[in-house]
Amino acid sequence: MSNVNLGVSLCGVDFKNPVTVASGTFGSGMEYSEFVDLNRLGAVTTKGVAITPWAGNPTPRIAETYGGMINAIGLQNPGLDTFLKRDIPFLKNYDTKIIVNVCGHSEEEYVEAVKRLADAPVDMLEINISCPNVKEGGIAFGTVPASAEKITKAVKAVAKQPIIMKLSPNVTSIADMARACEAGGADAVSLINTLTGMKIDINRRTFAVANKTGGMSGPAVKPVAVRMVYEVANAVNLPIIGMGGIRNAEDALEFIMAGATMVSVGTANFNDPLTTIKVVEGLEEFCDKNGVKDIKELIGCVK
Amino acid sequence: MTFRENATIAKASKLANGVFEIWFETKDIAKNAIPGQFISVYSNHGERLLPRPISICRIDGDLLRIVYRVVGAGTDEFSQMKAGEKLTIQGPLGNGYELDKIKAALESKGGNFKKALLFGGGIGVPPMLELAAKLDIQTDVVLGYRDQENFLKDEFENVSTVHIATDDGSVGFHGNVIDAAKAEELKADVIFACGPLPMLKGVKAYAKELGVPAYISLEEKMACGIGACLACVCKTHKKDEHSQVNNARVCKEGPVFDAAEVEI
Repeated sequence: MSNVNLGVSLCGVDFKNPVTVASGTFGSGMEYSEFVDLNRLGAVTTKGVAITPWAGNPTPRIAETYGGMINAIGLQNPGLDTFLKRDIPFLKNYDTKIIVNVCGHSEEEYVEAVKRLADAPVDMLEINISCPNVKEGGIAFGTVPASAEKITKAVKAVAKQPIIMKLSPNVTSIADMARACEAGGADAVSLINTLTGMKIDINRRTFAVANKTGGMSGPAVKPVAVRMVYEVANAVNLPIIGMGGIRNAEDALEFIMAGATMVSVGTANFNDPLTTIKVVEGLEEFCDKNGVKDIKELIGCVK
Repeated sequence: MTFRENATIAKASKLANGVFEIWFETKDIAKNAIPGQFISVYSNHGERLLPRPISICRIDGDLLRIVYRVVGAGTDEFSQMKAGEKLTIQGPLGNGYELDKIKAALESKGGNFKKALLFGGGIGVPPMLELAAKLDIQTDVVLGYRDQENFLKDEFENVSTVHIATDDGSVGFHGNVIDAAKAEELKADVIFACGPLPMLKGVKAYAKELGVPAYISLEEKMACGIGACLACVCKTHKKDEHSQVNNARVCKEGPVFDAAEVEI
């Protein structure tokens, strides 16, 4: 057994290790539990949920790109009622923290969702103000600092759990967006959401995804994501959940050294459902090899 | 149960222009598979992250066979693999043709389960082979091809009565599989089909005409292949229990659906 302490703490919540999953790539963990021992994850971050079921976008919803993919699922979700009845009780069977990603079409919908989650047995809420694939809400809040601040304030006013604002990379200054969320009272920020992209199917002479544009993710976006985590870490005094193209512990360590307290595995889950576990094991191994007793020593160590 | 294995290729060969087969030696996947299910095949190259969902063509003990068309860089990579080399595969995935359930559903409505009609079109032909082999009732199978490259035809002839339709008229009926079935007045208690969407629409209409159920295998772009990412949905008439909207997951609730329950 290793003596490394991988535990981290975020807004008063203690996580056994800094590894969670990127919202939308892991459902509520049910399907992945066949491969992954969810008890070994720092947290499960669930797919975006809204106050009512959403049907999402037409298909095709995804396309592979070099070293990544684009998706335009459109936040299909079963709605909070089903989610609270089915998904949360499922996750409560495991010794892991629960971060619920929340989406909405309007400020009222976000506030209503956060209110209805206030007494649910979940640890943190991640507010998705950065989905590039839904026209109303989503991205509109995530690209204008004043809107981000306003919605942060509104959800903070009703939230009982700590609030993570999920930031879009599709902005001029992600540091400004993080500052706006901090001003609004956010407890943490997570980044990056996907980069808006497009793929053309040259044989069909049309867009590869029905939504025309989609969110790009995967290893190809990692350098952009690491840079943004570093910028945000230097702009605000909020803990950061870093993500964007993480496939292994080395990738995760880049985010941690750039300033992330926790990291999320997203697209890599599609390539190998066991990626999260491999990242946890790899972090431990790296710390062991390098005489790091506590992973917290590495957070933001690159200035 | 779903298994992930780094499986050794027992045999790999070309069956027709652009159509290839791989036989995998599996530990658990073949043993647990039924006709109509599929596997995820992962590239050995890091730039191709997403698995390729490929239907199961044959199950023989621990051996599992896929027959696929080369449509891009991923399938091209697979087509160049040789016996003894390895690929990571995951499966069996999806529901498959659950014959006991289908038989029970049919008989509970006073129907028979004595004669089946199978349609396979293009690269939808391969999954029908394991189904035809597994069905212990009388079967007719109508196979649709572009031209005279009638891959797997001989193997179908060992397990079923085969009817061929070709786009160019070089073999069998000149035209599509539905018109071929009509020309030969093929009837059955139940229909099974896999193929391109226009063919499945024709199958759905033909089944309605005959007043029998049709179980069709749908295809959609997938990412996770296990029901988590919600990329591969199809429209359903009824509200789907999992999604709470009229979307079912092709990789999980499907790929086999009762044609009457999906909008195609």
